[in-house]
Amino acid sequence: MRKQRSAVAGPKAKALGLGIGGIVLFFLIWEAAPRLGLVSDRYLPPASEVLVRLGQYLTEAAFWNDVADTMTSWALGLAIATVAAIVVGLVIGSSRFLRRATHTTIEFLRPIPSVALIPLAVLIFGTSIESTLLLVVYASFWQVLLQLLYGIADVDAVANDTAKSYGLGRLARVRYVIWPTALPYLMTGLRLAAAVALILAITAELIIGTPGLGKQIALTQSGGAISSMYALVLATGMIGVLINLGARILEKRVLSWHPSVRGDVVL
Amino acid sequence: MSPLTRIAYFFGLPILLIVLWYALSFGSTNFFVPKPIELAQTLWTTWIGDRFFDDVLPSLGRLAVGLFFAIGLGIVLGLLIGSTRWLRNLLEPLLEFFRAIPPPVLVPLLMLLIGVNDSMKVAVIISGAIWPVLLNTVEGVRAVDSVLNDSCRSYGITGFARIRYFVLPAVTPQIMAGVRQSLSIGLILMVISEMFASSSGLGFTIVQFQRNFAIPEMWSGIVVLGLIGLGLALIFQFVERRVLHWYHGLKEITHDS
Repeated sequence: MRKQRSAVAGPKAKALGLGIGGIVLFFLIWEAAPRLGLVSDRYLPPASEVLVRLGQYLTEAAFWNDVADTMTSWALGLAIATVAAIVVGLVIGSSRFLRRATHTTIEFLRPIPSVALIPLAVLIFGTSIESTLLLVVYASFWQVLLQLLYGIADVDAVANDTAKSYGLGRLARVRYVIWPTALPYLMTGLRLAAAVALILAITAELIIGTPGLGKQIALTQSGGAISSMYALVLATGMIGVLINLGARILEKRVLSWHPSVRGDVVL
Repeated sequence: MSPLTRIAYFFGLPILLIVLWYALSFGSTNFFVPKPIELAQTLWTTWIGDRFFDDVLPSLGRLAVGLFFAIGLGIVLGLLIGSTRWLRNLLEPLLEFFRAIPPPVLVPLLMLLIGVNDSMKVAVIISGAIWPVLLNTVEGVRAVDSVLNDSCRSYGITGFARIRYFVLPAVTPQIMAGVRQSLSIGLILMVISEMFASSSGLGFTIVQFQRNFAIPEMWSGIVVLGLIGLGLALIFQFVERRVLHWYHGLKEITHDS
């Protein structure tokens, strides 16, 4: 009885406490493993050392420059991919003929891993930011386009016909019927693309050597600055968490009118 | 739709694009742009033979082993974490953080911890591809139908039988959604781990071609990677259709009503 009441009193606070406990526990194990000699501290420095290094990084202008480089290619690539995917998606999606005719080509191009384009990017752009952009745009374009096409396929035929009989033209139907139906799908695509874009931005920097956090990670690793490398890896993880959070908040904001989100609030 | 129009829709645009490509590259001397026929020939001569056994098969083997463990571990750990509330609360923020780390940065990290060898490459694939499966499984276990859950309990279905006949089927759609993401991440990591630190494998070979300005060979490598991606997608579709045929059927029924 008593147990049940406490669960009702603050399940959220308790979950939060446990979650923080989990993170603390993780860092404790990480701290202990090299100190006790379970892992050589040449390969895995104790957590405190890495966290101190991360703290130092946060005060260095060079670090923030790298962050800015990475985030610029991320944001620019994502923006280009999204706009292109929306335009292409609306054009293809609004015509039955185009939808059918492009199906095989899209299904063929989509699974090509964007890292396959790395040699091409190096060849054409070298180590400039365009190399990163090529990979980021290619990878995120398909995520957005595919979700958008699913969304357009989900448009209610009756609603579309009704709009037609009320004399709404093609553009007006796209704006008032197709767009609201496809928007939740589009936001899902955007959320997936945001995560993928970060992966590819870091990959390009790591492998090609375009400026950014990924390049720094490769440099610190080959230079033997191991705790710096771990600190940078933690930093990329934090950027990833922030991007995921941001994407979820944006999704909620943009879809605040949509039943799936409205229902969430009532519950 | 008659079979003929269906075939026309299926092959129309790809053929059109290839013809266009052929026409545009005809007589072109651009060093960077391959010609269709030349590319097909290079594809054949470059990849069929020794290189297939020395580079392509080992890469695919590592990918298969990595994905197998990533998916297996993801499901088992996911079921475990998802069905124990305190464990789930304890680990969830941590797992979200691990998922958010872009997997390629694990390549230099695991290179240090394990060294440059096959197990490092497999470890890279596992450590990157496990998260979508693991987190989707946890999420799925949490969201199982509470009425079914209570029914199971009243009928005394517990332990392994409960997992096998209730939890696992209920979670499979989410697991498959996770597996789909894992496949593409696994493929990316296979290539990257070979590009970053290796002396063999697909990723290494393609970068080698590019460094030597062997442009048609490089393009053929890109095509090979594309074909592998396509193959994975087809296998996934086939498996998904078999594993989830009841689910798609169910969705159709509920959509119709």
